[in-house]
Amino acid sequence: MPTFVYMTRCDGCGECVDICPSDIMHIDKKLRRAYNIEPNMCWECYSCVKACPHHAIDVRGYADFAPLGHSVRVIRDEDKGTIAWRIKFRNGKKDMELLAPITTKPWGSATPNLATVPAPSKEMRDSELLFNEPKYIRMDEGGLHTLESNGLEIKEGVQY
Amino acid sequence: MFTSNPFAELSDVISPAMMQGYIVVMILLVMGGTILDMMHKKSAQYFFENAKKAKKSAKREVSGGEKAAIAASVLAKEVLTSGEFSNPRRRLSHLLSMYGFVIFVVTTALMIFCYPTLAKPTPTILPALWHIGALMLAVGGYWFWFAIRVDVAAEGLPWFRFERADLFILSLLATSTFALIWSFTGGGVGIFFALFILSSTVLFGGVYWSKFAHMFFKPAAAHQKKITRADGSRENLPPDYDLTDPEVQRKFPDIPMYMGKNPQKMGLCIKAERANHY
Repeated sequence: MPTFVYMTRCDGCGECVDICPSDIMHIDKKLRRAYNIEPNMCWECYSCVKACPHHAIDVRGYADFAPLGHSVRVIRDEDKGTIAWRIKFRNGKKDMELLAPITTKPWGSATPNLATVPAPSKEMRDSELLFNEPKYIRMDEGGLHTLESNGLEIKEGVQY
Repeated sequence: MFTSNPFAELSDVISPAMMQGYIVVMILLVMGGTILDMMHKKSAQYFFENAKKAKKSAKREVSGGEKAAIAASVLAKEVLTSGEFSNPRRRLSHLLSMYGFVIFVVTTALMIFCYPTLAKPTPTILPALWHIGALMLAVGGYWFWFAIRVDVAAEGLPWFRFERADLFILSLLATSTFALIWSFTGGGVGIFFALFILSSTVLFGGVYWSKFAHMFFKPAAAHQKKITRADGSRENLPPDYDLTDPEVQRKFPDIPMYMGKNPQKMGLCIKAERANHY
């Protein structure tokens, strides 16, 4: 679902141009407003949607879940740690609201403090393993990890 | 020089009636340009159709008192203090150039209409304010042009590259710069006076092609945006949920399950640091 800009809401601040990892958000030369120059190349990361201070950037939903003429609008509230979506069909009758957590800890609190960790040994440096690699994806102790071997179980519904 | 009326000194060569006529023509050009701009872009039509659409999806009626309070807050926040800018540098630059422009234009009109000749002495405050206004406009404008303009700040283009969208800021800068140089070089009729008149004619006559008319549209757009927040239509944006509200927690059980009944504040995330590629 690539993003697009409502030019009437955009004030041309350039936040989306700065943040777009695909470098496809640019400023229109005549109107000095942002636009997505190549929606086909959009990674759908929604960094621009999150960064826009005026909620001027929207998502164009795929036709398989919302027919043409719909509105898919999103607010990512960093301070609350949630993302809220509103999907409205063109007849206005179907109006869905979704709210989900995007973090359960304050931002940056899980960043490892490398200054407090002992320096890696030569053996660790030569290893193919990454620093702090979760044990569930490691293959070097006791073979393949499964949900069962780690005391986990699948819950019904959406998994996070 | 800083306290003398440059237009009164000019009255020996150019009659006050001609100067006053020029101001009237400029006002007419701004009015005509704004109307043509509105007709061409159909901005007024879009604005009213959009407002009608928003009213249809409103969840509550906004009373007359609330509308008046919203208008007052738009005046205090968006109009007088440029509160719509989230970038503090851009806001400060806009405030400098906006107030500079207003002071410059008003004092120009006052000096030309009320104190057109040397026979009627001009209060020193007026020319002083005229120079201060032009300086504020130049400082805010050049700061914007060299450092804050999105082409330079975000697109990484050189400052000397310009497009049609820069007509407004360039003509503003030229008007204030040539006005100051004209005054500091002794006034009278000369090359700087000609450049001052040329740039101000482009500024007021180019409304149809430039961004000049935004000063009339922006307050209306800000008012309409606040109305949509008050009536619940919110331009189709999701509501501003209170995560501690039991009703919200019942509707979205993931919130209490993963974040607890009283979710804590998570901090700034991507807003903690400004993105800057260049």
